[in-house]
Amino acid sequence: MKILIELFITFFKTGLFTFGGGYAMLPILKDEVVTKHKWANEDELLNYFSIGQCTPGIIAVNVATFCGYKLKKITGALTATFALVLPSLIIITLIASILSHFMENEYVVHTMKGIRIGVAAVLLKIVFDLGKRVYKKSHSKKTDIAVFLFAVLAIVILKISSVTVIFLAFLAGLAELYVERAKK
Amino acid sequence: MIYLTLFYEFFLIGLFAIGGGTTTIPFLFDLSARYGWFTPKELINMIAISESTPGPIGINMATYAGFKTASYFGGFMATLGLVTPSVIIIILVSKALKRYACNTAFNRLLSSLQPAVVALVLNATYQIAKVSLTAWLPICILIFLLILMRYYKANSVFYIILAGVLGLTLKL
Repeated sequence: MKILIELFITFFKTGLFTFGGGYAMLPILKDEVVTKHKWANEDELLNYFSIGQCTPGIIAVNVATFCGYKLKKITGALTATFALVLPSLIIITLIASILSHFMENEYVVHTMKGIRIGVAAVLLKIVFDLGKRVYKKSHSKKTDIAVFLFAVLAIVILKISSVTVIFLAFLAGLAELYVERAKK
Repeated sequence: MIYLTLFYEFFLIGLFAIGGGTTTIPFLFDLSARYGWFTPKELINMIAISESTPGPIGINMATYAGFKTASYFGGFMATLGLVTPSVIIIILVSKALKRYACNTAFNRLLSSLQPAVVALVLNATYQIAKVSLTAWLPICILIFLLILMRYYKANSVFYIILAGVLGLTLKL
């Protein structure tokens, strides 16, 4: 029961402080799930994102379900997911029903602009941390750097969908594994 | 009855929108055309609000669209519909993953996806930086936060709240 309450609090907090898409919750999840509670390690968390990107549905929900299920099976999955969506349900319902001019309030606008810079800063930091970690643990640094550079090019310039990029990375990994086996 | 329709339609969106929250947008335009629950103009407003309020964009939009269609319970049913396929699919995937957890080739394959995920996070960073770093003051705040992170370790929520307070006091 204690773990369920902790799961609820963690994912409620994550839902509350995720501004933007699912990836914006990665820094918070790393703090909470990996560093604080040690429910999963960084590799597992990254795997949740890569799989969550390719399976149907919202990435944030997919990641919450993964973490919850790992800890407490189906009860955990439901608790984490419910906790993640609860802040959205409350805030959006309030805005849609009574606070229709909330987003135009000048104080809200200033705060939101600041918050976005904060999100950019924590994301920038996590990109560096993750990049360093993935590079250090890499089995084949050349392939991984090539995949990373290709992925950046594909997403930012060629506008290829994220799902396709993950799939191409999968093919690269498969090819590499095959070449390695053939050498042996 | 409208509640069941909402659940069903958002269940389908949850099942077919692969790749995260923003991929639900075309489905929502389709809903607006087929049912007239909300106008395309309202939808654009919803997207703007969903992007700048806490919570995953996909969830925010489902709650908003459901609320516009059938008030409080509508928002709940749309969100429930959207997350149900994810929860079922991920539970099944988790079970399958457990079976292969000790397989080294499988783990190698999963770790080969990591450079691509780092690129996706970099893209998320770029997208948010593009809309927020539009003047010198925001850039200075970003640099200040990055330096602070180096010398004062706290969790991410701390820096996000601090940035919000700075935004409010400096009237960004």
